[in-house]
Amino acid sequence: MSLIEAQGVSKRFGDREALRSVSLHAAEGEILAIIGPNGAGKTTLLSIIAGIQSPDDGELTRPPGEVGWVPQQAALYGKLTVAENLRLFARLEQRPDVEAAVEEMLHQTGLEDRAGDQVSTLSGGNRQRVNIAIGLLAQPDVLLLDEPSAALDPRQRERLWEFLQARAEQGTAILFSTHNVAEAERNADRVLVLADGELLFEGPADELALGADFESAFVEFLRERGH
Amino acid sequence: MRWLLIKDLQILKRSPLLVALLVIYPIVIAVLIGLALSRGPDKPRVAFVNEVPAAANVIQLGGESIDTSKYGKELFDAIDPVRVDSEAEAIKKVKSGDVLGALVLPQDLTHKLASGIEPAHVKVYYNAEDPVKARFVQNTINSQVQKANAAVRKKLTKIAVGYLKLVVSGGKFSFFGRNFDVLGLAKAEAILRATLAEIPKDSPANAQVATVQQFAKIAHDNLGLSNDVLKTVGEPIVVDQHVLKGGKTPLDAFAVAVAVTVSLMFVTLLLAAGTLALEREENAFSRLVRGLVSRTGLLVEKGLLASGASFVVTLAMLSGLALFIDLAWDRFPLWVVALVAGALGFAAMGLAIGALTREVRAASLLAFMLALPIAFLALIPSGSVSQTLYDVTSAISAVFPFKPTLDALNAALNDAGGMGKALIHLALLVAGYGVLARVGLRRFA
Repeated sequence: MSLIEAQGVSKRFGDREALRSVSLHAAEGEILAIIGPNGAGKTTLLSIIAGIQSPDDGELTRPPGEVGWVPQQAALYGKLTVAENLRLFARLEQRPDVEAAVEEMLHQTGLEDRAGDQVSTLSGGNRQRVNIAIGLLAQPDVLLLDEPSAALDPRQRERLWEFLQARAEQGTAILFSTHNVAEAERNADRVLVLADGELLFEGPADELALGADFESAFVEFLRERGH
Repeated sequence: MRWLLIKDLQILKRSPLLVALLVIYPIVIAVLIGLALSRGPDKPRVAFVNEVPAAANVIQLGGESIDTSKYGKELFDAIDPVRVDSEAEAIKKVKSGDVLGALVLPQDLTHKLASGIEPAHVKVYYNAEDPVKARFVQNTINSQVQKANAAVRKKLTKIAVGYLKLVVSGGKFSFFGRNFDVLGLAKAEAILRATLAEIPKDSPANAQVATVQQFAKIAHDNLGLSNDVLKTVGEPIVVDQHVLKGGKTPLDAFAVAVAVTVSLMFVTLLLAAGTLALEREENAFSRLVRGLVSRTGLLVEKGLLASGASFVVTLAMLSGLALFIDLAWDRFPLWVVALVAGALGFAAMGLAIGALTREVRAASLLAFMLALPIAFLALIPSGSVSQTLYDVTSAISAVFPFKPTLDALNAALNDAGGMGKALIHLALLVAGYGVLARVGLRRFA
C-alpha cells in the first residue's frame, strides 16, 4: 500500500525549473533514496512532500497521519538544551507522555549524558542526531530525511541506519536524499535518480548498476544523459 | 589588500539593498537634522495682525516721540511673519497648523503705552498639541515682547524720574490741561525754615501756609501717580495667551510620555523582529509550520511575547518615574490601555520587519534605523516647518505606530484629549503590519 503517491509534480523558481513532472510512490516499510548531483531538486522534492512548499503542478497524496521531516541543517534552538528541544517538540507534536518520548529519543540517539547541554555546544554530528530525533518524535508513518548522514561519523551513521531500518521494519516509509551513492545502494530498497529536476531513474540499485560498481554506474548513467 | 578591497566592493555591488540603505539613511538623517536646526527655533512662522492705525504708531513718552513700528521690525526679524487682516483669520491659520502661533496687536496698544498708566495688552494664539511646542511658542513670543518691554520701560522710567524730580526740585507741571507751579520739596523746606525763623507765634502767615498746603497736595497727587507709572514700568506690555488646541500637559509629564514611548518602541520592535527572524536562522521555521504551528499562530505568539515583555518593562518604568514626577495614579487603567495598544502596534511592525529581513542582525539593524527617524518625525510640531513639509512628515508618521502611541500615552498620563482616535489608528496599523508580516512569511522558509 502506497503511503506517498506523487504524479507529475513540478516546481519553478523564477525561470528555473527545479522539478519537472516528477512521479514517485513509497509503500509502508519501504526505504527510498533520492540521489543526484547538487541542484538536482532533491531537497525541493522532499520539502514538497513534507508540505513546506507547494508544487506548481501535479498531484501529491500523503497519508492522513504525520509526515516526519528532518531538514539538512539542524532545525534546533541553540540556546535550549537537548532535552528542552526534545520536550518542546514532543509537546508541539502532542505526544501523550512527553517525558517518556524525550527519554526514548535520548536513548535512541545515545545522547542521555548530553541531555542537559545546550545544543549550541554540541558537535555537528550530535546536533544532527537531535535533529533526527525530533523528526521521529511524532512517530510518523512517513519519514523524510534531507541528507541525514552528511555530518555523521561512520559509527554514528551506522547507528542511524540501524535505527532507521528498525523503523522501516515497523512500517514507516522512509525517503532520504543523499550524495553518498554507497549509502543509497546499501540502505535503500529503491533509488530515484534526479538531475536538473528531472527523474531519470527509479528502481532497485542493482538495476542501475547491472552488476558493475554502483557509484561508477551512477556517474556513467548521468554522463550518458548529459549531466 | 587590493584583492580584499575588490572582493568587498564586489560584495557591496551584489547587495544593492544594503548599499541603498547605507546611502539613503545618512541622507534622511542629515535632512531631518538640517530641518530641525534650520527651521525650528530660529524663525517660527507666526501670523501677525496689526490693528493699530498707522497714525497712532508714533507716541509721546517722557517728552519724546517714539515710533512703535520700529519694534515691529525687530519682531519681524525674529519670526517668519505671515501678515493677515483679522484676528479671526489668524486664529484659523493657527488651527490649521499653517503657522506656529498668531500675534495680535490691538487697536488701543499705542494709546495705552502712551498713557503710561496701564499696561498695553497683546494677544497670542497657538496650538499646544504637545508641551514642547507650547514652550517653544511661549519662549519665542515672550522673548520678543520682553525686548519691546525693555525699550518702553526705559522711556517710562524717564517719566517716573521726571515726576520725582518735580516733587524734589519743583517746576512747571501740566495735568489734564491745567498748569501748576510746583514748589518742590527743596523750596518748601527753605520757606518753612524762613517762616519758622521769622514768624511770631501770633502772626497771621496765612498765604505762606496756603502755599505749603498746595505743595503738599500736589506732591501727594504726584507720588500717587508715580506709583501707577512704576507699576506700568514693570510690564508695559502684557501678553494675553490663548491656547486653541490641547495644552494642559506640563513639559515634564510629556517628557515621561516620550521617554516611555521610545522605550516601548525599541523593546518591542527589536524583540518582535529578532525572535521571528531567529526561527528562520535556527532553521526551525520550516519544521514548525509543517503542521505544528500555523504561520499566523507563530506571528501571534511572537507578537504577544514582544508586546507582553515591553508592556511589563514600560509599566515598571512608568511606575518608577511616578515616584519622581507627579502622575495621576487614578488614570492607571488608561496607562495600561495605552501601553498595550502601543506595544501591539510596535509588535506588528517588528514582525513585518522580521518577516521581510529574515535575519536577526538585519532585522535588528533595520528596526533600529527606522526607530530613530520615525520618533524624530513624530515630534516635529505643526508650524515649525513649512506646511507642505509638515504634511509630508505627518503622512510618514501616520504609517508608523510612534505618533499614535505617544498620543494615546499622553492622553492616558496627562488627560491631553481622548484616546479613541489614537487607539483606532493603532488598530489599523496592527492590521496593516500584520498582513505585511503574514505576506513576508510566504518567502520566509
